[in-house]
Amino acid sequence: MRKPEPVQVIKTRRDAALRGLVESVPYIQYLGVQFDRRGDELTAVLPYREDLIGNPLLPAIHGGVTAAFLEITSIIGLTWSTLWADMEDGKLEGETLPAMPKTIDFTVDYLRTGLPRDAYARARVNRSGRRYASVHVEAWQDNRDRLFAQATGHFLMPSRDDG
Amino acid sequence: MDTKNDRTKIARQFIEAIPHSRALGMTLDDIGEGTAALSMPYDERFIGNPSTGVIHGGAVFALMDTCGGTAVMSHADAPTGTATIDLRIDYMRAATPGQRIRAKAVCYHVTRSVAFVRATALDDDDDNPVASATGAFTFQRAKGA
Repeated sequence: MRKPEPVQVIKTRRDAALRGLVESVPYIQYLGVQFDRRGDELTAVLPYREDLIGNPLLPAIHGGVTAAFLEITSIIGLTWSTLWADMEDGKLEGETLPAMPKTIDFTVDYLRTGLPRDAYARARVNRSGRRYASVHVEAWQDNRDRLFAQATGHFLMPSRDDG
Repeated sequence: MDTKNDRTKIARQFIEAIPHSRALGMTLDDIGEGTAALSMPYDERFIGNPSTGVIHGGAVFALMDTCGGTAVMSHADAPTGTATIDLRIDYMRAATPGQRIRAKAVCYHVTRSVAFVRATALDDDDDNPVASATGAFTFQRAKGA
């Protein structure tokens, strides 16, 4: 029987894998989206910034920013969920990043005005097949139960080279 | 009477007053009655796939959303404001790295309070769209209109 790994080793490995994923995408860095991790659960955080505004009179976050935030949360969530098993088996050595899923379509439902403050989002992978995946994502600000946007997207999974 | 020049000027001010549209470098290329054309330059900061250099879908979404809203604002019934209710985007192919992305939107129908929009995104290849979108927007009318 193998001894369980020390908790710090596990955390360091998981955080490094997540960081590698998020930091590789310029647009995620540009918007300033960060990810909080608790076990395998990810919460995306979009810190408020003045240039994210779409309606200066209200003011409100740009609908395109909201959509981009939701799409980023979906893609990272989906990649993360497919990465998890390999990562836990220690098969993620080396610097090669996993190929990202490609968005087929993305439908955003704007429920409330995005206020000029931080936003949060979580994605749920409803189906992840060999070729296609369906992901639902919810975003909120002050109250978890008062969503300001939600979206559903379909994604084309990268082909695995092991055929 | 609303001339084409006035309309273009108002729309340009409308877009340039939006901090995020400015941040993405969006420009207004054309505006008609219920139609709009906007574009944004290729920018390495907006890359979504680092191995190919393709722009992130989220940035394309932002362009199409703004273009859709502009088309609604340019409708002949002259709304006082608009907000996206829902927007669906279909990504047909990756935008070619290095090329400008152009969006065209048509507000093809309005009711008392809702506007319906279709939009297309293109790069330098006019015949093969990068993405298409359909959406519903709020249509705010002046009191008594």
